[in-house]
Amino acid sequence: MAASSAAGPSCYSRLTNEWICGQYFTNYRHELVDATVEHIQLTVVSVLLGVAIAFPLALLARSYPRLESTVLGVSTGIYTIPSLALLPLLVPFTGLSKETVVIGLALYALTILVRAILEGLRSVPDEVRESAVGLGYGAGRLLLKIELPLALPVIMAGLRVATVSTVALTTVGSLVSYGGLGNLIKDGVTTNFRAELFAAAALCVVLAIALDILIVLLQRALTPWTRGAQA
Amino acid sequence: MSTTVFGDTWRYLTNAGNWRGDGKMLDLLLQQLLLSVSALVMALLIGLPIALWLGHLGRGGFLAVNISNIGRAVPTFALLALFVAADPWPWLPYFPGTREFGPYGRAGLSTMVALALFALPPIITNAYVAVREVPADVKQAADGMGMTGWQKFFRVELPLALPLVMSGIRLALVQVWATATLAALVAGPGLGLVITDGFYRTNYGKGIAGAVVVALVALVLEVLAALVQRGLDPLPRESSRNRKRRMSGGGPSVSADAGALGD
Repeated sequence: MAASSAAGPSCYSRLTNEWICGQYFTNYRHELVDATVEHIQLTVVSVLLGVAIAFPLALLARSYPRLESTVLGVSTGIYTIPSLALLPLLVPFTGLSKETVVIGLALYALTILVRAILEGLRSVPDEVRESAVGLGYGAGRLLLKIELPLALPVIMAGLRVATVSTVALTTVGSLVSYGGLGNLIKDGVTTNFRAELFAAAALCVVLAIALDILIVLLQRALTPWTRGAQA
Repeated sequence: MSTTVFGDTWRYLTNAGNWRGDGKMLDLLLQQLLLSVSALVMALLIGLPIALWLGHLGRGGFLAVNISNIGRAVPTFALLALFVAADPWPWLPYFPGTREFGPYGRAGLSTMVALALFALPPIITNAYVAVREVPADVKQAADGMGMTGWQKFFRVELPLALPLVMSGIRLALVQVWATATLAALVAGPGLGLVITDGFYRTNYGKGIAGAVVVALVALVLEVLAALVQRGLDPLPRESSRNRKRRMSGGGPSVSADAGALGD
């Protein structure tokens, strides 16, 4: 380290072009932080939007079984559209903007979330539901106080999958230059800048794992009664 | 504005000149098919034996599930970029490929390996769960008949697990096909080139045309794979539905979870 900070070429110079380079982190800190913050923003907003759309859809599908296959079919259909194609499809409508990326990512998260919410609600035992109705719970209170808490473990599992895949997918947003760390990856490939490429890729994985752990902790806090059973 | 874009898309799709010839859509479609299928075969050769064997032993579930989770966290685009930027590995002379190697050169080979890694999670998770969740009484019956481990695996577990294994493969196939378009971001082969090219030149009609073709082929692959999957079901449709009713929590209920597993 001492040698590289002297007159010698830095470890990310054209000549050495090393994969892992401490100096890159210090010299490009702002760029990395900005990209990471953008990445987190895009991911979180997209997943939240996905949840906001998935909930009513799942409830609709549950109360009208005839709609269920349509809802599941359409959301699975969205999943077969490649991410590289979905963004250009949206651009004529929303332009080269963050909204384009967020809408695209939310659509993908939606697929996973609708399924998870439906399965979660279905995992609530019938006798629990019946006793709640017997105790005089109305539809709204039944959903909020009984069904949702019991469905949480399954829903949260879906949320984990959705979040982790959204972190990975956000990189493709670099196509419309709002890809968070994906922008750095793209730049790293085009300019053959290995330190940048590796750092951005590694940060993506770290970010995905960190968010995953965060959701697990959140779930534990929200469902204290499962702790003994889960082991 | 949007109507003109879809008009452009239609004109691009219906112009025969955009389909035939070197580097045109038909050529790119075949490239991408070759790439996807070879990546899938690679993933099957690596993933299936391990997953089926672990499922047979009933152990290593932790490993199977975690491979799947880590696989999701690694962006395919990042993996692709890392491969393309890497020096050829001295101990594996053709990886990540010289510029001349293989039909599609270095970007193509990198894409293939990245896609194979991408296809592993759904294949491994589904195959593991499929074999593992064969009803215990069926396995005991096989043991009671004096079957050896191999016989039990090939005659009992594998046939019963096949529909779910196949649904993992089907999921992997469609995802690999769709993801293969990412190759265009590192100047690789395939229909992604149509999309990015149209996009960068603000010829949105062309970009959308590429996307439409990719999505249509994805649907065709999905339907074909579903037909194969149905053909492989050792129990005809009607009877497996009855079976589900009689033994809730038994084998068939797993297949309902297959989609969730793969997602």
